[in-house]
Amino acid sequence: MTTSTPAASRWQRLRDSYLLYSFKRDWGAQLCLAILLALVTMALLAPWLAPTDPYDLAQIDILNSELPPFWIDGADTRYALGTDAQGRDLWSIILYGTRVSLLIGFGAVLLQALLGVVFGLLAGYLGGRIDAFLMRLADIQLSFSTLMVAIVVGAVVKATLGGGFYSNHAVLMLILIIGLAEWPQYARTVRASVLGEKRKEYVDAAKVMGLGSRRIMFRHVLPNTLTPIFVISTVQVANAIISEAALSFLGLGMPETHPSLGSLIKAGFDYLQSGSWWITLVPGAVLVVLVLSINLLGDWLRDVMNPRLYKG
Amino acid sequence: MALLEVRDLDVRFALRQGEVRALRDVNFTLDRGERLGIVGESGAGKSVVAFSLLNLIARPGHIAGGSIRFDGQELTGLGERGLRRIRGNRISMIFQDPLMTLNPVLSIGEQMVECLKAHRRISRREARTVALHKLQQVQIPSPATRLDQYPHELSGGMRQRVIIAIALLLDPDIIIADEPTTALDVTIQAEIMALLRELCEKHNVGLILITHDLGVVSQVTQRMLVMYAGRVIEQGPTREIINDPQHPYTQGLMNALPQMATPGSHLNQIRGSMPSLSQLPPGCAFHPRCDFMHRADGSARHACAERVPDFVASGNCRVACHMVAEMLALDARPAEEEAR
Amino acid sequence: MTTLTEAQAQHVASPGSPPPLLEVRGLRKRFSLSGDFLDQLRFKGGRLVRHREFVHAINGVDLAIQRGEALCVVGESGCGKSTVARTVMGLISPSAGEIRYAGERIDRLSPKALLPYRKRMQMIFQNPYASLNPRMTIQQTLEEPIRLHHPDWDRRRVRDKVTEVMAAVGIEPDWGGRFGHEFSGGQRQRIAIARALAVDPEFIVADEPISALDVSIQAQVLNLLMDAQRERDLTYLFITHDLAVVEHFGTRVAVMYLGTVCEVATTATLFATPRHPYTQALLSAIPRLEDDRPQPIRLTGEVPTPVNLPSGCVFHGRCPHAEPRCRREVPVLRPQADGSRVACHAVEEGRL
Repeated sequence: MTTSTPAASRWQRLRDSYLLYSFKRDWGAQLCLAILLALVTMALLAPWLAPTDPYDLAQIDILNSELPPFWIDGADTRYALGTDAQGRDLWSIILYGTRVSLLIGFGAVLLQALLGVVFGLLAGYLGGRIDAFLMRLADIQLSFSTLMVAIVVGAVVKATLGGGFYSNHAVLMLILIIGLAEWPQYARTVRASVLGEKRKEYVDAAKVMGLGSRRIMFRHVLPNTLTPIFVISTVQVANAIISEAALSFLGLGMPETHPSLGSLIKAGFDYLQSGSWWITLVPGAVLVVLVLSINLLGDWLRDVMNPRLYKG
Repeated sequence: MALLEVRDLDVRFALRQGEVRALRDVNFTLDRGERLGIVGESGAGKSVVAFSLLNLIARPGHIAGGSIRFDGQELTGLGERGLRRIRGNRISMIFQDPLMTLNPVLSIGEQMVECLKAHRRISRREARTVALHKLQQVQIPSPATRLDQYPHELSGGMRQRVIIAIALLLDPDIIIADEPTTALDVTIQAEIMALLRELCEKHNVGLILITHDLGVVSQVTQRMLVMYAGRVIEQGPTREIINDPQHPYTQGLMNALPQMATPGSHLNQIRGSMPSLSQLPPGCAFHPRCDFMHRADGSARHACAERVPDFVASGNCRVACHMVAEMLALDARPAEEEAR
Repeated sequence: MTTLTEAQAQHVASPGSPPPLLEVRGLRKRFSLSGDFLDQLRFKGGRLVRHREFVHAINGVDLAIQRGEALCVVGESGCGKSTVARTVMGLISPSAGEIRYAGERIDRLSPKALLPYRKRMQMIFQNPYASLNPRMTIQQTLEEPIRLHHPDWDRRRVRDKVTEVMAAVGIEPDWGGRFGHEFSGGQRQRIAIARALAVDPEFIVADEPISALDVSIQAQVLNLLMDAQRERDLTYLFITHDLAVVEHFGTRVAVMYLGTVCEVATTATLFATPRHPYTQALLSAIPRLEDDRPQPIRLTGEVPTPVNLPSGCVFHGRCPHAEPRCRREVPVLRPQADGSRVACHAVEEGRL
């Protein structure tokens, strides 16, 4: 037979993979990943990096409000990026805001993925009525915009549990809203690739073996649909962060006492006319850079993992 | 002079793992009206030969050396324009999957007329008449109605007939057929092959038939090449090779066929599988699988693992094998001594 | 009972013979082409009617496989041979008819009740590039069926079994940690065979197991299958389009055309004296190496689609011996003097 070489370890496999090979040759992807990692690290390390704690009312002085960033005359050296209308340090509050935005973005995508993967898998593998029912449910869900879901859920929660509950659990509520509103994207992608995998003979082989549907679905079919899930996840994280920003901007999201990037933009918006543009534009720029780097990374990933471009 | 003459053809592919030599030292000729078979297993490079003849090798592959002379004209350095005059016009190709060649949104007639008008100054009406005539030649039932049908309305066998009609459209000198019947059923395959052979004989068209099926080659062609790992290892008249293969690989291939064995007996298998072109063994590429690697006295045949064998003439055939060369030398010695 | 099915008739005819290991009676399978209920509604003459189209993949197939034999089902694409294989394995449920394994009906069993049979019957697939899960290592692939059917075995015993089947099909024991895509087609097919053998089945359905492989590899895999049969006392249902393989491998042959069996005979009989005109054409079409063979029988016309089946004998449109009766009346398999069974009016009338 052939010369027997020992099986490659996971690490070796990654090192020899096409993914890493093309990553090494694409400086755009490297830059995006570097920016994203930097932002994520900054957000994670916010309590240590931030000079002040924006949630601590004792550290805020209204007299320091609307101080400009360092490159403009009249800046205070203590506040590198200036301060907002309440006198909070903009640098600190952006660090904390990015943290909130990323938390909601990833949390919502996790929920979307969980719902979408389970429903998509069931619909694609079992087919028939279950498929028809779940996909109509997805269609209905998609016909509601995220905004409508937010308004309805917000109204219901506020009416039953009180406004305080909503703003106290705003992060959780936003994850729930964005997660519920956008699971059909996942369900459709997963269903489509399950339909493709289901026809392959290894699924028949598993059936002939006598395995139950659940094991075939989760052990055999699901791992083979991970690639498209992985690819859309990047785009979905970017979308979720944008959705959260939009909701916060409209006042349906994070309260100003506990701001995300979106609520920072909203808070500063009122002062845009009065000359304190940095309160809105600096968090705005951070949001754009964050979303752009995720999206570009997603595009690159899609090109690399597209099985039509690379067979392996 | 031969109509087509291929000398030392060398095709390489620049891949991530480095440069891979898909073809090396390929030499053959084709006379007008001659039918040549190219046989090999998948990965042997037989399709690469077909594609390189018309310079259809796509990047990252390229013809790195050698010459292809067609009717006195060198094709390897020819530009796109010059090649277009030859492709489809004087050399046409038939592929395995008819749907790859046929445009699904154009009717059969439109496609044939388009093709004619691209190469000839001809009116639409005349072109249609020619198309109809060609469809009759490939024995399609009710050819007039077929002209207005679309590819999906035809069965697989019918489509392949249409493809042959299109290949014949411009009265080419050579038809290259790359596994033309692999996707078809046996009974349909027999019909198509008989048709192809008849048409080539009748119109004095040269045929290069690329296939993995020794039976088909034996039925259709006059001469054949056997390829292994990017090289021709044996070539000569089809009947002579089929009746008395010299190269151990050709022998193994033939003996592995169930029709060569007594029913129920153990088939003569070739051990292992073809090496990938990026990891060719040194020396003769076949030596790790070869039964004759070891001499009768048990000593290994070092030359096989070290030197790429040259071609030796054995009768009308040419074989690239150290073992055959040794045997021929042994046979020749007494004759030489007698002559002295 | 006024009419006996062919299988029953055969049973009655030879009471002394042991019951077949697998028996298929009056098997039919049709696939709907018309989508769900809403897609089927059509307007016809001002009225809403339900319009349905079917692919008639198998139309009344009777087969019996004796213990220890290799029954080859041969035919061209679309003749329903793979559907027979998949129905026997329970991957598709039949539209009508019954399947018996060792005398017990298995076509209506629940997945749980079918589990003991899954251990006794296994399947080998056509495409070795699709039949191994790309995300599982060879070791995982081979352990899975053993763990399922022997939940009481400990790790060690499972591993020993895997090592044993790997050795049996000639794959290196250190391949276990690698994935399917690292191997060539022939090696993958060996792994797929090892997976089927891992639960020690007595009956194997092989659906075109060598047609995706190269010639030199085909011989390796055929040898392997024959060795396994000898060593493990296996019974095969072997689906193929290649008559040369049938001649070499099969004990008996069933020739299928358009969802029906047109001739069943022992291999030697079939190749020596093919009776059905389709079998004759099929045999003559094998590309042989010899140059002195007769011209192949040229069939006219095309294989009809299984959507609109022809009336009478399904082969009449291409048959050189067709007569008006063939267009009207469906022929049934009738036993011949040489032990074969042929479904042809011409043979029955002695015209052929």
